[in-house]
Amino acid sequence: MRARKALPGWVDYGLIPLLNVTCAFLVSGLVVLAIGADPLEAVQILVWGAFGFGEGIGFTLFYATNFIFTGLAVAIAFHGGLFNIGAEGQAALGGLGATLVCLAVDRFVPWWVTLPFAAIAAGLFGAGWAAIPAWLQAKRGSHIVITTIMFNFLAAALMGYLLVDVLVAPGSMQPETRTFAAGGRLPPLRELFPDIGLGQAPVNVAFLLALVALVAIWVLVWRTRLGYEIRVFGANPVAASYAGISATRITMIAMMLSGALAGLMSLNEIMGYQQRLLLDFTAGAGFVGIAVALMGRAHPVGIFLAAVLFGALYQGGAELAFEIPEISRDMIVVIQGLVILFAGALENLFRPALVRLFVRRGGI
Amino acid sequence: MTVPEPPAIELVGVAKSFGAVRANHDINLRIARGSIHGIVGENGAGKSTLMSILYGFYQADAGQIRVNGREVAIPDSRVALSLGIAMVHQHFMLVEPFTVLENVILGAEGGLLTGPALTKARAELDRLGRAFDLVVDPDAVTGTLSVGELQRVEILKALYRGADVLILDEPTGVLTPAEADHLFRVLRILKEQGKTVVLITHKLREIMAVTDAVTVMRAGTVVATKATADTDVAELAGLMVGRRVLLTVEKGPASPGRPVLEEENLVVRDARGVTRVKDVSLTVRAGEIVGIAGVAGNGQSELMEALAGILKPVSGSVRIDEQKSAGNPHRVRGQGLAHVPEDRHRMGLVTAFAASENAVLGYQSDPALGAGPLMSPSAVRAVAEAAFAAYDVRPPDVRLKTALFSGGNQQKIVLAREIERDPVVLVVGQPTRGVDIGAIEFIHQRLVRLRDAGKGILLISVELDEIRALSDRILVMFDGRIVGEREGGADERSLGLLMAGIDGEAA
Repeated sequence: MRARKALPGWVDYGLIPLLNVTCAFLVSGLVVLAIGADPLEAVQILVWGAFGFGEGIGFTLFYATNFIFTGLAVAIAFHGGLFNIGAEGQAALGGLGATLVCLAVDRFVPWWVTLPFAAIAAGLFGAGWAAIPAWLQAKRGSHIVITTIMFNFLAAALMGYLLVDVLVAPGSMQPETRTFAAGGRLPPLRELFPDIGLGQAPVNVAFLLALVALVAIWVLVWRTRLGYEIRVFGANPVAASYAGISATRITMIAMMLSGALAGLMSLNEIMGYQQRLLLDFTAGAGFVGIAVALMGRAHPVGIFLAAVLFGALYQGGAELAFEIPEISRDMIVVIQGLVILFAGALENLFRPALVRLFVRRGGI
Repeated sequence: MTVPEPPAIELVGVAKSFGAVRANHDINLRIARGSIHGIVGENGAGKSTLMSILYGFYQADAGQIRVNGREVAIPDSRVALSLGIAMVHQHFMLVEPFTVLENVILGAEGGLLTGPALTKARAELDRLGRAFDLVVDPDAVTGTLSVGELQRVEILKALYRGADVLILDEPTGVLTPAEADHLFRVLRILKEQGKTVVLITHKLREIMAVTDAVTVMRAGTVVATKATADTDVAELAGLMVGRRVLLTVEKGPASPGRPVLEEENLVVRDARGVTRVKDVSLTVRAGEIVGIAGVAGNGQSELMEALAGILKPVSGSVRIDEQKSAGNPHRVRGQGLAHVPEDRHRMGLVTAFAASENAVLGYQSDPALGAGPLMSPSAVRAVAEAAFAAYDVRPPDVRLKTALFSGGNQQKIVLAREIERDPVVLVVGQPTRGVDIGAIEFIHQRLVRLRDAGKGILLISVELDEIRALSDRILVMFDGRIVGEREGGADERSLGLLMAGIDGEAA
């Protein structure tokens, strides 16, 4: 029952993530060295690819949008003491919800009419998919980690069936829906703000929505009674029952919020980029969300920074694979894996040393 | 001329700091071979740290440890054991699904196969059991044993490893009076057989009853070591806090009014389906303190949780302020029932939160905290600051994480939260568990003041002294039933017998 020693805020939220990322990059550098490339050059290309020019930034923010939504999804469940591994499946179902709305109305109304309905549908579908594991945990004691993992497979199977047999565009050989008309496409920011030079980057209105979600979740968690109840339940379920906070209610609400946020990720990918529903459009964003939430300490500011970091890795990594042929796409996955390893699994690697360093000096 | 025998344990100038906190400094202590040596002190006086140094759990920053006159270093508990020093922890370190025998050889399994070690241990346990009056069935599954038996297993385990010095940390906290008596008998036998016993306790009566010498610690130092025969409870209590304290609470006679908490034929089962409260009926009136005495685990916890609406009773009824209980912790609070849970860490607080957030736990839907669904941190802090001021919580910083407050101050946060809401009836469990004497006095006075303000109080405590000092009426709970009722000042012996399940009248 030893409480974590309190570290100064800037160490806990700044220095530790920075050290973790630095370590991940150092080890990645060794790997790059081992395959005979120049790590310094690799870093240069990666950073330039992610932030060096308008289009690169646009791509980075496009990927970051996905991770903000899935990171928030994992984080809100985490505040309620629930480990939602199912953001991947919930995002896929969210995509289904958004797609159904788009297919229904995209030929008749402009995008800004479609968007709220698509967002509601994406949220509801994602929430609904998360509600089943939540109910099973609250009422039947089935562990949510296990059930949400299983529900990812169920979601993949369901999407496969729907895209092959039900929603597939007539005459298409691909398991995809038809391409949406203009009413089902979110305009990219390059069209809305032509002056900022985003090139052909697909970053779109969903990014702005993600920023709104960051603020909304911050308000929800730290400024509302519901957020307080979620945090009490997450930090001490016995105290929650003492305070009259219903475990069933909080489990359901936290998981459905989580599923809804994961579902909203599909707006970016489906309406903002692919403009049709296709298999595996989530591409692991649900799992990256876990690393983003861990690294961002489940706080919106941290989640934003972590999401941008992972967005940069995706975009800069693509640039890197293009520029240095020895570094394949798989190498990029290795680097991302190392970041996840150091930021997530080895999160406490440096903590004891830092506690010794800072707690002794600073008193409490 | 004979050289005087060196003490079993001697500490010279031992010091230990954690960051800026000096947990122990300049500790000098001699524990004579073949004696029972008591160590008393308030929470945070440094007793546990000192014993952890002896047991190799912490390393001293300075000073010497001598065992039988020889200077030693104790880097870990393995070395401590090899020096013959063993610790019987307050929370037993036993593997519940294992048998007694398997637990005893834990850490001394011998070679690849446990067979030979088990055979040897069985013979040795039998011998030790008879020599020290510590008979326990070696094949019993540990999880099925009573608390008293578990403690015997712990002591046997230490003896099996060849311990000469046994350190017991708050050994009687969980025992019935009869079990405690048995423990003291065992300790005396151990002493007769030449073993040295170090007894850490906050119960001064036990010190008087069983020890040969007693060391009082305060604020990390030894303030006195006395032969037990040369001192008394009042002097020890004075030394512990540095001033004389009232062990009794000053209060006038109660003037009970209308019933504010009534329960009839309450039956409660715990999460595992075991019936823990069996047909209990009681009434608490406005302006009186009703104490429920009993050894921990006789249904008091479940009774409290049922009253507070956390556990659903199987049958029976609860009325709060002459209204039927809503049976939900949140709505029960609205009916005027406040609840100070017996375990503040587990239930009463979220220790990871800022203190201010704990000052509204359970009252989170109070409209004063913010408009609609919103909860304003400044409104929460204002509530906490008022409570901190009224209860003199230190340090007076409501933004500090709750885990950083001492036990007494944490308890004040809980009490302030529940009492300042002006309840009709307060259900309070173990109000002073793990709280230092200064805070005990303060908390007792607050409870009496609440009573005098015309509120009903149901007090549940395993501290008989506390029950006797505070209660206007005492109910004794045993095995889920109320087995007797006594007046406030009832004598300890008759209460003790009732608590052990022996009918007071017959005894």
